[in-house]
Amino acid sequence: MDEKIPFWRDDRVLKIIGQVIAVVVFVTVMLILGSNIARNFQSLGITFGFGFLRRAASFGIGDTPIPYTPSDSYGRAVLVGLVNSLRVMILGIILATVVGIAVGVARLSDNWLLKQIAGIYVELFRNTPLLLQLFCWYFAVFLNLPGDLENPPRLPGPIFLTQRGVDMPWPDGTLQTWLSVAFLLISAVLAFIIWRRRTTAMVQRGESGRSLQMILIGIGVLALLALIFGLQWDRPNLSEGAITDGLNLSPEFGAVLFGLIFYTAAFIAEVVRAGIQSVTKGQWEAARALGLRPTLAMRLVIFPQALRVMIPPLTSEYLNLAKNSSLAIAVGYADVYATSFTTSNQTGRTIEMILILMATYLTINLIISLGMNTFNRSVQMKER
Amino acid sequence: MSKWGSLLLAMMLAVAPIAACSSSSDTAGTEEGEGASGHLSTVLGRGSLVCGVNGQLPGFSFVNETGEYSGLDVDVCKAIAAAMFDDPEAVEYRNLSAQERFTAVQSGEIDVLIRNTTWTISRDTSVGMEFAPTTFYDGQGMMVPVASGVEDLEGLAGKSICVQSGTTTELNLTDQMRKIGAEFTPIVFDDEDAVYAAYAQGRCQGVTSDRSQLTARRETLAAPDEHVVLDVVMSKEPLGPAVANGDTQWSDAVKWITYALIQAEEFGITSENIAEFENSEDPSIRTFLGLEGSLGSDMGLPNDFTARAIRAVGNYGEIYERNIGEPFGLERGPNELWTNGGLLYAPPFR
Repeated sequence: MDEKIPFWRDDRVLKIIGQVIAVVVFVTVMLILGSNIARNFQSLGITFGFGFLRRAASFGIGDTPIPYTPSDSYGRAVLVGLVNSLRVMILGIILATVVGIAVGVARLSDNWLLKQIAGIYVELFRNTPLLLQLFCWYFAVFLNLPGDLENPPRLPGPIFLTQRGVDMPWPDGTLQTWLSVAFLLISAVLAFIIWRRRTTAMVQRGESGRSLQMILIGIGVLALLALIFGLQWDRPNLSEGAITDGLNLSPEFGAVLFGLIFYTAAFIAEVVRAGIQSVTKGQWEAARALGLRPTLAMRLVIFPQALRVMIPPLTSEYLNLAKNSSLAIAVGYADVYATSFTTSNQTGRTIEMILILMATYLTINLIISLGMNTFNRSVQMKER
Repeated sequence: MSKWGSLLLAMMLAVAPIAACSSSSDTAGTEEGEGASGHLSTVLGRGSLVCGVNGQLPGFSFVNETGEYSGLDVDVCKAIAAAMFDDPEAVEYRNLSAQERFTAVQSGEIDVLIRNTTWTISRDTSVGMEFAPTTFYDGQGMMVPVASGVEDLEGLAGKSICVQSGTTTELNLTDQMRKIGAEFTPIVFDDEDAVYAAYAQGRCQGVTSDRSQLTARRETLAAPDEHVVLDVVMSKEPLGPAVANGDTQWSDAVKWITYALIQAEEFGITSENIAEFENSEDPSIRTFLGLEGSLGSDMGLPNDFTARAIRAVGNYGEIYERNIGEPFGLERGPNELWTNGGLLYAPPFR
């Protein structure tokens, strides 16, 4: 067997050759595409560059979470779009997770009605196109809210629901607001630490935990006071057929957000159901044998184990939500895709703007992946 | 694993000729001789014209009840096809959004863009377009519900206005409102149908676009009488065909076929009486119709290209009446011939 194998039959050599050829072909195709673009640019007399981003945009944007006027630059306009996109993505991911987990658990409920409703919801939202759902939310739901601004429906708060969106109270953004926010954050961390201590004391040392409970209640009352009076709520005012002050969430924003939440939540519900069902029945029985109530068994025994299976598919649902948010342009929401395309159309810089868009979505999704992978490592089984 | 390797090898071999092909065909294209060369020869060789249109705009380009494309823009497409192939139906229509249109021209996906496109300096220069003569002089207007009582732009301060993305109207609206110092909320849609659907539902208190488009769209709303196109003109909107920069023979062909439609009206030649004119003794008419001289063949077109176009779609006046004047009752106004006090003026055919 010392005989030398001819190289065309040597598996190791063939593998290397195959990979070299693959790289060569990839580079060639890229070069052809690149030179093609360069030649076309040359023949049309267009130059490549990003300097145009500093020119005045001179188009308006409906939703401006950060200050913007038409005399600002194209770069600023794209940035406004990016903030709008992130607003929808972050809120969408949080709320879709909440709805998805609730529906996923409901699908496994012993309650027949709950189970059926959850099942119908999942099938309905999972099997219709997202674009259709966005149009449905926008034209059938949000634009059918009362258009009459003289006497709009008023929810406690006050929160107004009208055709121009949802108007609700919102913190004013003064120094006092930020101090209150800081106070709320600190007290939340403090309360969490005390709660952990109290549980340890009760479980391991058999103490009553009464004194720590009193401290927790005290923190809760202070936090509630800070929430109501400290934040300086700016309440919407209704006067002469116009609503001023407060926070206005446009119907476009609402349609995109609701569309993304309920579409993605249907998929997340299935991920949750699969995760829970992957935990063996013995775990349920063992939890019950210990005397845990079903809700406690779910929270303490089943769900942590289900998380191991759920997180990888959950990551791709989050990535999908982030990418799907680019459909916002269909219902007139000025996300990064919409503002970039307006920019590319006004300046004719299509290739540059597509590169910017690709880099933007890639960055956002890589950050989501990174976060989820870190979370995934923390819940995986620790082999010792 | 070697199986994988050989599969890959087979794929490489399949790709290689494609790569080789694309580079060789490029050089062939630039080295061809005179007569019809460049894009004109490509189109003539193909036997059909790829025309980028709007497809959603009554009066200019839309699919009518019989399932055929019709409108002023479509008729110009047909005129070009008729001039080149003597067949007005040899057109492939591509529906393009406002955003796709320039990329479609730049990439060569379409031969000519006739999609109610406004001629502006930046589109002519930095976007790399070459514009043919204007086929419709428009201006930007504003439509509001009658019940709102709004009479001018100031009345729309603080209101929402629906507009289509990627259009000159979006910029003009912003500029005009800035000029009068009125704040407003633009609601920008990608799709033209979505713009008017949102307006019809009352999302915005006004909708802005070219006045011809507003007039045409008003007819398709549930109750046209409850909406009014305000008497404000925010901008000049000369709409016309556009081709890619850098191929003068092709852009000249499109340019002069368009002029031929205008010149025919000036001569009084229509699709019906053209046979009589072919017996005319007037040398300028004989030259125009390609019976004398070599105006057409000098440009790489059939010598009787003007006659072919007129026979197929008629002169400019006929096209206007058929698509805009009759259905929407819009006066010709600036779209009259220069001899009648309008702006349409074709340079001499000689």
